[in-house]
Amino acid sequence: MSQITLTVNGTAQALELEPDMPLLYALRNHLNLNGAKYGCGLGQCGACTVIVDDQPVFACLTPCAGLEGKKIRTVESLGSADKPGPLQAAFIDKQAAQCGYCIAGMLMRAQALLERDPHPDEQTIREHMAGNLCRCGTHLRIIEAIKQVAGHNGSRT
Amino acid sequence: MCQGYGDPAAARICATGNALMRGAQRCLWRNALLRGPVILRRKGLLYALALAQTSASAPFPGCYKERFHDPHCTRPATVRRVFLPTMNSHLLKSRTLWISVAMLAVIGLIVAVALMWRPAIAPIKRPTSFDTAQLQRGARVVEAGDCAVCHTRPGGEYLAGGLPLVTPFGTLYSTNITPDAQTGIGEWSLPAFERAMREGIARDGHFLYPAFPYVHYRRMSAADIADAYAYLMSGPAVHAPAKQNQMNFPMNIRALVSFWNLLFLHGEPLTPLAEHSAAWNRGRYLVDGPGHCAGCHSPLNLIGAEKSSQYLQGGSVDGWEAPALVGLGQRANPWNREQLVGYLRADVVDGHGTPAGPMRPVSLSLARLPASEAEAIADYLLRLQNPHAVSETTAKKQPVIPADHTTGALLFSSACAGCHAPAAPMREIDGRPGLQSTSALQAASSRNFLKTVLEGVPAIPGAPGPVMPPFAASLDNAQLGALAAYLREQARPEQPWADLSSTIEALRQETK
Amino acid sequence: MSAANGLNPSRRAFLRGGALLMAFTLMPIARRVLADTEVDTLGTVVLAPDLPGSLRTNPYLDAWIRIGADGITVYTGKVELGTGVKTALLQIAAERLQVPASAINLLTADTALTPNEGYTAGSHSIFDSGTALYNAAAQVREMLVDAAARHWQVDAAQLSTRDGIIEGPTGQRMAYADAVKHVDVHQYAKAQSPAMAAADFKLIGHNLPRLDIPAKVSGGAAFVQDMRLPGMLHARVIRPPRPGCTLQAFDAASIEALNGVVKVIRDGNYLAVVARDEWQAIKAMRSGIESAKWSGGKAIPEAADIHDLLKQLPSKRYPISNNGNPGDATETRFKARVTKQYLMHGSIGPSCAVAWFNNGVLTVWTHTQGVYPLRAGIAEMLGLPPERVRCIHTEGSGCYGHNGADDAAADAALIAMRLPGTPVRVQWMREQENLWEPYSSAMVTEIDAGLSQGRLQDWNYELWTTPHNERIVNAGRLLPARLLAKPFTSAPSVPIAQPEGDGDRNAVPLYELGATRINMNFVTTMPFRTSAMRSLGAHINIFAIEAGIDELAIKAGLDPLALRLAHLSDPRARAVIERVRDEIGWPHKSSEPGAGIGFAFARYKNIMGYCALAVKLRVHPQTGEIRVDHVVTAVDVGQIVSPDGLRNQVEGGIVQSTSWTLYEKVAYDAGGIRSYDWSGYPILRFTQLPKKVDVHLLDQPGEPFLGAAEIVQGPMAAALGNAVSNATGRRWLNLPLTRSSQPA
Repeated sequence: MSQITLTVNGTAQALELEPDMPLLYALRNHLNLNGAKYGCGLGQCGACTVIVDDQPVFACLTPCAGLEGKKIRTVESLGSADKPGPLQAAFIDKQAAQCGYCIAGMLMRAQALLERDPHPDEQTIREHMAGNLCRCGTHLRIIEAIKQVAGHNGSRT
Repeated sequence: MCQGYGDPAAARICATGNALMRGAQRCLWRNALLRGPVILRRKGLLYALALAQTSASAPFPGCYKERFHDPHCTRPATVRRVFLPTMNSHLLKSRTLWISVAMLAVIGLIVAVALMWRPAIAPIKRPTSFDTAQLQRGARVVEAGDCAVCHTRPGGEYLAGGLPLVTPFGTLYSTNITPDAQTGIGEWSLPAFERAMREGIARDGHFLYPAFPYVHYRRMSAADIADAYAYLMSGPAVHAPAKQNQMNFPMNIRALVSFWNLLFLHGEPLTPLAEHSAAWNRGRYLVDGPGHCAGCHSPLNLIGAEKSSQYLQGGSVDGWEAPALVGLGQRANPWNREQLVGYLRADVVDGHGTPAGPMRPVSLSLARLPASEAEAIADYLLRLQNPHAVSETTAKKQPVIPADHTTGALLFSSACAGCHAPAAPMREIDGRPGLQSTSALQAASSRNFLKTVLEGVPAIPGAPGPVMPPFAASLDNAQLGALAAYLREQARPEQPWADLSSTIEALRQETK
Repeated sequence: MSAANGLNPSRRAFLRGGALLMAFTLMPIARRVLADTEVDTLGTVVLAPDLPGSLRTNPYLDAWIRIGADGITVYTGKVELGTGVKTALLQIAAERLQVPASAINLLTADTALTPNEGYTAGSHSIFDSGTALYNAAAQVREMLVDAAARHWQVDAAQLSTRDGIIEGPTGQRMAYADAVKHVDVHQYAKAQSPAMAAADFKLIGHNLPRLDIPAKVSGGAAFVQDMRLPGMLHARVIRPPRPGCTLQAFDAASIEALNGVVKVIRDGNYLAVVARDEWQAIKAMRSGIESAKWSGGKAIPEAADIHDLLKQLPSKRYPISNNGNPGDATETRFKARVTKQYLMHGSIGPSCAVAWFNNGVLTVWTHTQGVYPLRAGIAEMLGLPPERVRCIHTEGSGCYGHNGADDAAADAALIAMRLPGTPVRVQWMREQENLWEPYSSAMVTEIDAGLSQGRLQDWNYELWTTPHNERIVNAGRLLPARLLAKPFTSAPSVPIAQPEGDGDRNAVPLYELGATRINMNFVTTMPFRTSAMRSLGAHINIFAIEAGIDELAIKAGLDPLALRLAHLSDPRARAVIERVRDEIGWPHKSSEPGAGIGFAFARYKNIMGYCALAVKLRVHPQTGEIRVDHVVTAVDVGQIVSPDGLRNQVEGGIVQSTSWTLYEKVAYDAGGIRSYDWSGYPILRFTQLPKKVDVHLLDQPGEPFLGAAEIVQGPMAAALGNAVSNATGRRWLNLPLTRSSQPA
């Protein structure tokens, strides 16, 4: 075990962790955060996507060691069920979920894009989101939700 | 349509565009800037003198090879600023000189016009009927020539151009080579196309930047060029106006390319050598003609031209080492034919792994061709002898910072083991080699290993195949170094990488 | 998540007493549905065959609705699989109880609490449970109103209800919770339910935002994967490299010595590790995989040979439809072989379960589709009486059929029994899900059909398939039980009968045909374990039928869409087709090279939802890449409960079926299954999405609920196939529709 201080959603917390633990397991099991999900553990599906500093990363293979001093953000940082942030509100508004397992990762990947480029066009959104998988086929609504925050007019197809 | 040409191409292009885009930068550098000063220096023109002075006083030609890696290399903006003052202070001293210079200028002007002017070739109506067999052959030529690699934007229409090629001297965009009359090559006749392929001149007479590898394409057979032409003309016409290049002066003056051509554009279509087998000759043709392998795998001289004396002895592209292709069978981590053929076709092969970076899309193109093509390339390459005893630069045996094995092992467990540990399905089921048996970890330079970790191996949407996520945002420099040292220790314990931290620093700078 | 308190292990109270009542179906649901379905594979007993929906198996009203001082609780034996059905069921119950949706606490499948509705599958949830609640809720409300009327001694017709309060003519007020004291809700549902005009619906047919989405977008505990019980340990299983392997050596001691490892389980070929921390469990699993030495194993066929192999393996032939006389030779014939490879459910979250053996009772939190069948299977596997096993449904990642959920629950059960008093969470790894989930069967079908003078004549169709319904009817259907030192054996495979169908689902065209000769060859020797995945055989059968119709029409110089209409008299079928025809501007397509337009229609299982669909796409003449530009669909699923929920399901089906049809196949050869992760089993990504999707909902107010989740899978595949053919002039009949899968 080693002590690692992670700054997650604005709070620095000293944790006793296995020294090789990937971030995902620290978030879920040591900080009791549900947002980042285990999907593949291989960086292929994006269910575990969180933002480190300003970059979306796969938490499943980002070692905790080395994250000290970095700002880690999970979907919990965007708002709550009662007070959803703008992107979360757009996902609720567009009912952009079926099973919802991939959604927290989708939100974080989209959030990283919107912070870098507040008004991406649809093609940019599609290309940026291609790192995350959805199996239920909610893609169209996810795009609509992101477009809503990106200031696109027009209704859902 | 050829058999091996099955699955969505634009998808693959989308996935590999990034790597290629960077690959193309290298060509760009060569053509866009570095030719200029050299040409002028040799020609003795006024303009040339000025530029020669400029280049002498500016450090960049000398650091060309390193310019991708060395952030201290002077950028072109600097060059432009010093241009006129230099001319004023050095050249305008004596009357005699003035006259000489004026005469030279007049002569130069005439020569220059002769050099820089090319006629347009009359537009034609796009041909509409094609021979099926020719189209099938053409598809293979276009694949072997990697046309789509640069001429398809990620997510864009096939061959409709628009791929940005970002250089320190500005941004170029690849052009639309679909048969659209207005924005593509729909009005190009076969002679116009062949002239472009062999001389780098567009139908309307303007000079193409040598980012387009006509230096190599000119060595192709007329039949292949005709087949490629037919194939290109048979595709869907996509209306996609070329994006405006954003090149800085003087590289926005296309005609300057003519001087570069004068120096470097030579070589005739390859003819088979009787003393070699058909396969060898085919391999040579693919390597030196459409495949333009030397574009990356030969070192470049100071002004960015391939050093013909060091043919295929290794170069670099976008921070990746393009390894020497000579003496492949004789090196410390030798290649046999089976490995090389598999690797050329994007397989994962024991002892070497799978192509990454700019080589990945090239290998994916080869994989769509009949296996005999990769076999021919292997036959040719494996017979290339290494003219030097040792071309593999051995790491200096200087004491380096001892590898942090504990940290490296922990990082491997954390970030890599899911795929690369012996227990992982990739190893157990697919029998893929351990990381220690890959070229990247066996190589003298750590670059390709580090680049692969940083950038990963992109997926080809809709098609199965090796993928790897990028770790650029997941590992910091110290972690990258520890991981590299740890894995290198397993691959080549006698030869640790000496330059890890500086290489990592440089790579990070380059990708910024 | 709370612990398993208040367990009533023998609760089947709602089945006690009561002779079968003669009753009538309130809603005119097709009686034929009462044939075997995939939902009542095990454990459901039809007690009142003529009651609507699941009331036929669970006729007691208080099995569905209970009202007490603590509010209104509504029970369903169905589960939320990610379709939003929980919200839709709530809308139905609230509508008919005439209370706000927020006044109801809706509980989904839990063997201690809810009715046994078998499996949540086959687009049956609204059809079964929705119909039951629609009637039960209205009857309960009526009983409460009657009770108040009696109490106040007024005519019930003078009473009204609002927000759970009964109001009398002179201002009397009585809460449901008070009224219920005057009435016994523990009685059979009646034949008649109070009528309600569809025009009066305030919730049914209106959009109610899904209950579960706010938590899912904000990191709330929404899934079984998110459960954390006090003292919970983390387990990982270690599976053999392939089915049929025998464990030769395993160094348990070295793994037990690892940091945090609590237990290493070895039982025959069954291996698992338990650790305090999840990451420790993963590392122990990795060590275990390295340590385990296996021998033998079942041979894996070559993918290229699978369709020939299916035709050679032992099978049982089931006649599906044999009507009419084939008649004379026809003018136009279409004869072809159509194939499909194995597909994977591929939920984004691999299977997971939590189990806790406490005070003699084993509680399993699971994302199974059927808590009751699972309970029976686990009880048999463990040798426990069923009443000492409680299975509680807790959401998992999207479920599209029989995936690893039940097996993971069995893993958790096996492991928890060895750690009494301690909750254990088992999470499968991605490769374990990909390698061990039951696949959707590879299939081969042969079609030979004729057309004369514009009329479809003889229709010969023969199909070969392995089972699509290997649900948990005994312990042997649970994968872990087969690995134990005393292994269980799977029960014999039985196909789901028509009209629901198995591999033969939708094998019978809905079109009027001169004669049919349709047969299923049910292959019981499975090269790979297969079971239910959305639409079962309908995916390929509709693909094949609709290809046949198109080919016959084209050969005869007829418009394919008109040919369909000419052979359909059902006005609802015609309505969806005509709507799509008009909306997409059939048969106009773009003049771009490689552009194609394709149409398809099916009524799911020939008894459920109607779906017509047209696709415009481009097949790149040079690369073969397929880009879907526009999808237009019209669906009729009877009375719509949640328009947006339906739309979401249909959109999802379009995207998922696009992925199946264009890209997906399990990759395997004699060396093993190569699709162990997403690199070997690529599915659709954002860049491959259809550009535009238009969904038209044809509501049928007051008509029976028909179910939605699977109706689009077949038509989407078929329309893609027809559009590709229209674009290329070549008929591709091997799924997925990649150029390399087709003959040269």
